[in-house]
Amino acid sequence: MSISAEKQRELLRSMIRIRAFEERVRDLFAAGRLPGFVHLSIGQEGVAAGASSALRSDDYVLSTHRGHGHMVAKGADTARMMAELFAKRTGSCKGKGGSMHIADASVGVLGANGVVAGGLSIAAGVGLSIKQRRSGQVCLCFFGDGAANRGPFHEALNLAVIWKLPVVFVCENNGWASSTAHRYACAVPDVAVRAAGYGLRGVIVNGMDTLEVYGAVREAVERARAGGGPAFIEAKVVRWQGHYEGDPQGYRDRAEIADGKSRDPIERLGTKLAGEGACGTEQIAEMHRAAQEEMDRAVAFGESSPLPAPEEALEDLFAAQQ
Amino acid sequence: MRKLTMAEALREALIEEMTRDPRVFLIGEDLRAGVPFGVTKGLAELFGEDRVLDTPISEAAIIGASLGAAITGMRPVADMHFADFVTCAMDEVVNQIAKVRYMFGGQVDVPLTLRMPTGSVKGAAAHHSQSLEAWFVHTPGLHVVFPSTPADAKGLLKTSIRGLDPVLFFEHKRLYKMSGEVPEEEVLIPLGQADVKRPGSDVTVIATGWMVHQALDAADRLSQDGIEAEVVDPRCLAPFDKAALFASVRKTTRVVIVEEAARTGAFGAQVAAWIVEEIFDALDAPVRRVAARDVPMPFSPPLEEYVLPQVRDIVDAVRQVVG
Ligand SMILES: Cc1ncc(C[n+]2csc(CCOP(=O)(O)OP(=O)(O)O)c2C)c(N)n1
Ligand SMILES: [Mg+2]
Repeated sequence: MSISAEKQRELLRSMIRIRAFEERVRDLFAAGRLPGFVHLSIGQEGVAAGASSALRSDDYVLSTHRGHGHMVAKGADTARMMAELFAKRTGSCKGKGGSMHIADASVGVLGANGVVAGGLSIAAGVGLSIKQRRSGQVCLCFFGDGAANRGPFHEALNLAVIWKLPVVFVCENNGWASSTAHRYACAVPDVAVRAAGYGLRGVIVNGMDTLEVYGAVREAVERARAGGGPAFIEAKVVRWQGHYEGDPQGYRDRAEIADGKSRDPIERLGTKLAGEGACGTEQIAEMHRAAQEEMDRAVAFGESSPLPAPEEALEDLFAAQQ
Repeated sequence: MRKLTMAEALREALIEEMTRDPRVFLIGEDLRAGVPFGVTKGLAELFGEDRVLDTPISEAAIIGASLGAAITGMRPVADMHFADFVTCAMDEVVNQIAKVRYMFGGQVDVPLTLRMPTGSVKGAAAHHSQSLEAWFVHTPGLHVVFPSTPADAKGLLKTSIRGLDPVLFFEHKRLYKMSGEVPEEEVLIPLGQADVKRPGSDVTVIATGWMVHQALDAADRLSQDGIEAEVVDPRCLAPFDKAALFASVRKTTRVVIVEEAARTGAFGAQVAAWIVEEIFDALDAPVRRVAARDVPMPFSPPLEEYVLPQVRDIVDAVRQVVG
């Protein structure tokens, strides 16, 4: 599959923006500036960027607790995202969701999820609605390797297949569910083999290579949009950070993290593009600069925005209140 | 006025709403065949299989998929087959459906109705008899509806389907075949409006679902002794019509709360708390509750009868409060 130089630059820019956003979150959280807890996808940006770049703007995404990258890649406003993490009323969810329950329906992101595997059956329903409305959209559902061991994973896949729903399931297999190793917790080394149990081909891609992700997801999205039904893609990635920020990771071999860092998806694509002359080092530096400026604005907006008034806690429960 | 069974009234509500709004569709197990209570039988022939979706036995997926459809422009009416099986989808109901509007800061509407065939029916025993409504009243973000007559069932189901918030719609299994008057013309009953099923001056008996009928039987017996009970049916547990209940209690000054659920932590305990907290001065006697005993529903008829509230229990409770 050929991927235009412009598309590749878009993918690089998307990953750079995600990294810039999350590094800010990492530092702000370490400094005690953000309440709650955060799960970062640093190192896994290739999946969010590659998969989302294969979507139309009106397509849907179901995300996870590790979902900042999915939001940024799908076009969510980073200032409102940052304000949400700062727990401000100007945030994407008015300060009611936070990192783990963030959403931006205006760009089709129907929510991170605080419940592992919570998004899969919702995604099937979005696919059902797309089919019923004949809208030609597609729903992309991200989930982790840990989610593949929960029952709703199986129910949702089965439903999507028997009803031929336009849903692309993307498993981000980073080898860990919190402190529990995938190789211990899962009966099979590749989550993708489970797809066969539902009559689907499980495609495995190197998630550290965003072009591979993009290619596989694009093909799946095109097929789903054409009425070909769901698809299943497993992207193998390395989680650079702890499960949550502040996780001492006593359970983990440092060599694994070092290996992941040596396969940085951003460096990989940058080097390739520079080598091919598709993107000069100056252009790449400019992407980084622009991302940093964007995040400066996002942080400033988040910091300077007002906290919600306490009684706003009672709003948004029912439609009649709005 | 013409009479319909509750099953027929519910079916009419579904037909009318599906005719009126192409976004309304049904999703659940065995709906096309109408198993086990007959409400949806024949609807696939009327509206096509695309709008009457039979599912695999996947409760979590039924409810999760309903949510996904609801937040992207459809109006699912899901069916739990037996309310007991909602336990297989508690995450979807409690963590997802009830919370998405709120935790996303009001970004999405959740026009979703979940039909819950509930309560005891002779010998159905532990996994097919429960009255779980209090769990959902205890979950902010859900409406909980529990009609006791065919007309109420129809009017409330129509309103639930047209709303923008999730509704858990409890239908008592013993009432599907009970008939009652249902107006031919369209009636939409607002959520959160109680109905006085029998006026009376001596005691307020508030009851839900099948227990409304038990309370009416008890009221007839009490009337023979000159005690006039007012039977109030809240019809909705959330939102709850406190004003109507309080007006009745102020008038009668005595109250008995009747429900089929296991007693401890049941909805009636909350009703008692509201009365005691807010209109204690209106009372001339302690609040009394009639509810099921705190065990799983047993199978054998004498055991089941012993566990469930009986008409005589309501009569006894009323006699105690009227002194
Ligand atoms: C149903 C459920 N069980 C447990 C948790 C606690 N928890 C949060 S994230 C997580 C690990 C998830 O692993 P995976 O799906 O692989 O995603 P990753 O964190 O690796 O991105 C766990 C156990 C949860 N949020 N939900
Ligand atoms: Mg994982």
